[in-house]
Amino acid sequence: MYNFEFKQPKTISDAVNALVSDEAQALGGGQTLIPTMKQRLANPSTLVSLTAISEMKGICKNDDGSISIGGGTTHADVASHSDTFFGLKTLAEKIGDAAVRNRGTIGGSLANNDPAACYPAAALSLGATIVTNSREISADVFFQGMFDTALEEGEIIVSVKFPVPSSSSYQKFVQPASRFAMVGVFLSNFGNETRVAVTGASEGGVFRWSEAEAALNKTFSDNSIKDLSIDHKDMIKDIHASKEYRAHLVKVMTKRAVVSAS
Amino acid sequence: MSNVTMTVNGKTVSGSVEGRTLLVEFIRNDLHLTGTHVGCDTSQCGACAIHVDGKLVKACTMFALEANGAEVSTIEGQANDDGSLNVIQQAFKDHHGLQCGFCTPGMVMAASALLKANPKPSELEIREHLEGNICRCTGYHNIVKAILAASGQDVSSIAAE
Repeated sequence: MYNFEFKQPKTISDAVNALVSDEAQALGGGQTLIPTMKQRLANPSTLVSLTAISEMKGICKNDDGSISIGGGTTHADVASHSDTFFGLKTLAEKIGDAAVRNRGTIGGSLANNDPAACYPAAALSLGATIVTNSREISADVFFQGMFDTALEEGEIIVSVKFPVPSSSSYQKFVQPASRFAMVGVFLSNFGNETRVAVTGASEGGVFRWSEAEAALNKTFSDNSIKDLSIDHKDMIKDIHASKEYRAHLVKVMTKRAVVSAS
Repeated sequence: MSNVTMTVNGKTVSGSVEGRTLLVEFIRNDLHLTGTHVGCDTSQCGACAIHVDGKLVKACTMFALEANGAEVSTIEGQANDDGSLNVIQQAFKDHHGLQCGFCTPGMVMAASALLKANPKPSELEIREHLEGNICRCTGYHNIVKAILAASGQDVSSIAAE
């Protein structure tokens, strides 16, 4: 890997200042960025580690009933915290492996927006708000395609605010070698509205399956989606699964999510 | 080059490293603690698993400077004070939980992290916890047995598959 200058600020404002230079990049838990740098696919001149910023860690309940998770909170901490709820907890405890979960962070996962990452599905399905050092971004506009987000250069995810649904479920069909989602479906049931977000499947990254949402809003039952199908045209094709297979898995995992959240 | 100081197996150590120096490189090349292995260098195999501030991490996917001020434990710090094998290491020996031994330091560190958090894990919990540790010799069966035995549980119920 190419060398770089390492900085480890203690506050968000110091981190923002350190990220001003052109070739600077933020480092979360490093579970994606460090392997990427080893392959020389990333070459920052300055790496600004966010792991020493205590104000970006932890989980709390807000007055409006939502929960806020600091951008630097690890997957292991989300999985074990009593204020998280079923869908989010089961998602966090299945990311990568035990060692990866002790380093990887929710902010890093969302900022990277890997098309097969788990957290984007939760954020989009739950209608989360991504809070950065300068503004609040709705999940509906945050994800802009594979590895692309609404974040500006040098902008940091400080926390993520999740509305708490009446029930939720994350169903992940694991790609067994990488443990990323071959297809993952996060379903959030808010009583009057159901939202279904799909990761791992589409060339465009995470997306909402609006036909399934409409059917489930009429009747919340796995029967409601039995006659639906999803177009495979824009699905990812690789050595693990064809476009058609991924489209099939989207429906299967959605049905499992409905049953699990019923 | 930057200075880094940390506690490794109870001893304060320091050195001078580049930004890109991985924690596993500092441990092996600077501290000469070569029990922590580099198997894949891509965060897949877990041979480099150690504890940083009590948490299981892959030392090949963390920079040495990120561990500045941290408490680090490696396989070299696992034996009992008198030098005898600790209960997990002894169980690996008793249950033939290793053949070539390359993955074993990472397996022992992973097992010790599991048993601290969950002193009586089920077979399934052990297998899930070891998802990030690859062994090419044993087929995992005797490793799972060893960890069950180290937790004081009966291993006779685990049938060979």
